Amino acid sequence: MSEATIPPGAQAPIFYETDEHHHDAGGSTMLGFWLYLMSDCLIFAMLFAAYGVFGSSYAGGPQPHEIFELPLVALNTSMLLFSSITYGFAMLAMNDGKVRSVQGWLAITGLFGLAFLTIELYEFSNLIHEGFGPQRSAFLSSFFTLVGTHGLHVTFGLVWLVTLMVQVGTKGLIPANQRRLQCLSLFWHFLDVIWIGVFTFVYLLGVLR
Amino acid sequence: MSDSFLKTIFGRLTLESFPIHEPILIATFAGVAVGGVAVLAALTWFKLWGYLWKEWFTSVDHKKIGIMYMVLGIVMLLRGFADALMMRAQQAMAFGANDGFLPAHHYDQVFTAHGVIMIFFVAMPFVTGLMNYVVPLQIGARDVSFPFLNNFSFWMTAAGAAIVMMSLFVGEFARTGWLAMAPLSGLDYSPDVGVDYYIWALQIAGVGTLLSGVNLLATIIKMRAPGMGLMKMPIFTWSALATNVLIVAAFPVLTAVLAMLSLDRYVGTHFFTNTMGGNPMMYVNMIWIWGHPEVYILILPLFGVFSEVTSTFSGKRLFGYTSMVYALLVITILAYLVWLHHFFTMGSGASVNSFFGITTMIISIPTGAKIFNWLFTMYKGRIRFELPMMWTIAFMITFVIGGMTGVLLAVPPADFVLHNSLFLIAHFHNVIIGGVLFGTFAGLNYWFPKAFGFKLDKFWGTISFWFWVVGFYVAFMPLYVLGLMGVTRRLRHFDDPSLQIWFIIAAIGAVLIAIGIAALLIQFYVSFRNREALRDTTGDPWNGRSLEWATSSPPPAYNFAFTPVVHDLDAWYDMKSQKAVRPVDGFRAIHMPRNTGTGVILAGLSAVIGVAMIWYMWWLAILGFVALLGVAIVHTFNYDRDYYIPADEVTAVENARTTQLAPAMVGGA
Repeated sequence: MSEATIPPGAQAPIFYETDEHHHDAGGSTMLGFWLYLMSDCLIFAMLFAAYGVFGSSYAGGPQPHEIFELPLVALNTSMLLFSSITYGFAMLAMNDGKVRSVQGWLAITGLFGLAFLTIELYEFSNLIHEGFGPQRSAFLSSFFTLVGTHGLHVTFGLVWLVTLMVQVGTKGLIPANQRRLQCLSLFWHFLDVIWIGVFTFVYLLGVLR
Repeated sequence: MSDSFLKTIFGRLTLESFPIHEPILIATFAGVAVGGVAVLAALTWFKLWGYLWKEWFTSVDHKKIGIMYMVLGIVMLLRGFADALMMRAQQAMAFGANDGFLPAHHYDQVFTAHGVIMIFFVAMPFVTGLMNYVVPLQIGARDVSFPFLNNFSFWMTAAGAAIVMMSLFVGEFARTGWLAMAPLSGLDYSPDVGVDYYIWALQIAGVGTLLSGVNLLATIIKMRAPGMGLMKMPIFTWSALATNVLIVAAFPVLTAVLAMLSLDRYVGTHFFTNTMGGNPMMYVNMIWIWGHPEVYILILPLFGVFSEVTSTFSGKRLFGYTSMVYALLVITILAYLVWLHHFFTMGSGASVNSFFGITTMIISIPTGAKIFNWLFTMYKGRIRFELPMMWTIAFMITFVIGGMTGVLLAVPPADFVLHNSLFLIAHFHNVIIGGVLFGTFAGLNYWFPKAFGFKLDKFWGTISFWFWVVGFYVAFMPLYVLGLMGVTRRLRHFDDPSLQIWFIIAAIGAVLIAIGIAALLIQFYVSFRNREALRDTTGDPWNGRSLEWATSSPPPAYNFAFTPVVHDLDAWYDMKSQKAVRPVDGFRAIHMPRNTGTGVILAGLSAVIGVAMIWYMWWLAILGFVALLGVAIVHTFNYDRDYYIPADEVTAVENARTTQLAPAMVGGA
């Protein structure tokens, strides 16, 4: 039982915090967002698993080495990697409190992201045009879903990025906006990591197969 | 108007989509419509809309959201149980020449809806509601980490429930069973809207569940009172932590697998089809990779409830707290290593089956340890047989039986005989009713005085208890027998008349449970009528041990005027035995989150998108999505999300509490 006896002469323990410190709102935000990202990571894990299972279910349709254009994918990968670097510069500018510079780097990041999406859509439309759409085989179903889900994430990242540029412009780099920039930073780099998985497992290994 | 115009506007929704030729549904609809209009009229007459909107629907207070979850669970329990009664009636009468009263098309929807509703919209709201209400109080916090997100999560769950309810009267529900196994759930075999209702209801509610999991995890990790190290956390909070780890690590799997099923149905991909390289077994694996952790998501919080109740009503510290925590964590991990035991018969081979059979049997070790811990907590305790304790004892007996039949099913050769039989049905109802529902009722009776300031009536509670417990045994023991005789699940009609007596007994059991549910509702009503006599002025009606009993019943919006400091596992018991003095002056303004209607709007728009997608009204889906995005973005431009409860107001509330406590002088408070 909890009969924690107080030694004679010692002070009675304090049971209430009567002199409370002010806690900043949003102290759990980074943890919460990280937990969300991990759950998102599991969605990708399932899509990778599906690709792993269906990756050779061609159903008489095309095989990876027939349809993947590595130079194009390499270009695309570099777009996304560059956008991660420029986002890093935006964060450095945030730490220095430079609003204009943050917005500038965000804009450049956004353009790289847009370039990435454009190239991806170009690749998709080419495939569909040739009759190799997601309906052609389970391999293509899982390929389009995995890569497309990543692209959808990038799209939402872009919407978020533009929103944040406006908010940083109107409200400045207040703590709430700094927190949001950090969250988007996590999100953006997370998408980069996922893409490295896609590049390796889908494209490189696909062409080797 | 031309056909194509109508098709553009209404998609595949036509006049034929309304089941006007089904008398049962018409009568139900009439009942629901009359009841609904009466409720709406009463709300308008008593001018309650403004109150409900301001104080409840838009509230970000974890206590009110918790209560709304419980209300949702109880309402949906009535619907899900109505389905159960229909099935029991059908199976009791449909022998030989008698075809019963449910056509196959309807019967298949009933058993699907029963499963979906009971798991997603009864059990899940119950456990989420209990965790929402109790966890912040137990850890001495003022709210959860993300109060707005909490409100949004609740409304997403409610939107999912609304979509399932809508399927009753517009179109139809899935006829696939509660997991919508492929390829049956694919477009080839289920071309109508049923599976789409299923998908969108679960996807929308799933977002709510996932976000509430993230929220509670962050709350437990970040917002504990000073002094409360992890091993000083109340055991219910530990069980909530384990549960939410499971939620965050399992629900994305459901999202992904349902998304792939949707792509198969909407885009024509080939994940789970029989042709073009698709593989239905992939669906079975993936859905159970979510599905097995899900059953632990349901039961773990209730293990926490039973631990709290046993310790409180035995007047003893919980026996083996540390082993309880480790048992929870071991179960959390093992929950991911057993999914294949749901389909031993589907060709995995002996080695794989052995692995999953053994991991499944191992789970009974931590679970058994918990049972022994509860027994040792009761040993030499001064046990008070209040309602929560009665439910707990009924649970221990019932759950051990269910656990043993579970271990039996974990043996692959035995499972080959019993797979998909009524033995399995009896087993999982044995653990879900005996565990999840009994636990919910224990928790309901235990924390109700905290939430509303008065205890629940014991007489009607006892009536409800006995009818539920006896009803459960009468309803499900016959199913064990039938299962051993080889009767499979989901059958609508039987030829062998010797089986009928068992189904009739089971139907009688269902009627007994119906009386138990009615007694539960009467218990609420009678308690409300006698609330003055049942009033709890101390805030600690059961002589409790954890921090939720340190504040008033019901607690003020801010929970604790001063954050408690924790020195011991049973923090409140420690405070009482050390005669901790509750501060009566020096109150300060308290920082609190502001209510917002955005959660309701976002969830409403999600429901609109879901319904538009179900009926192929593409324009509405696009419109709804644009609106959803717009509202979400506009919400982020609102930086004014909190306010201060002025010190005067806190002082007034706390002075009232001081006055209330003065005559009682109970404990240190």
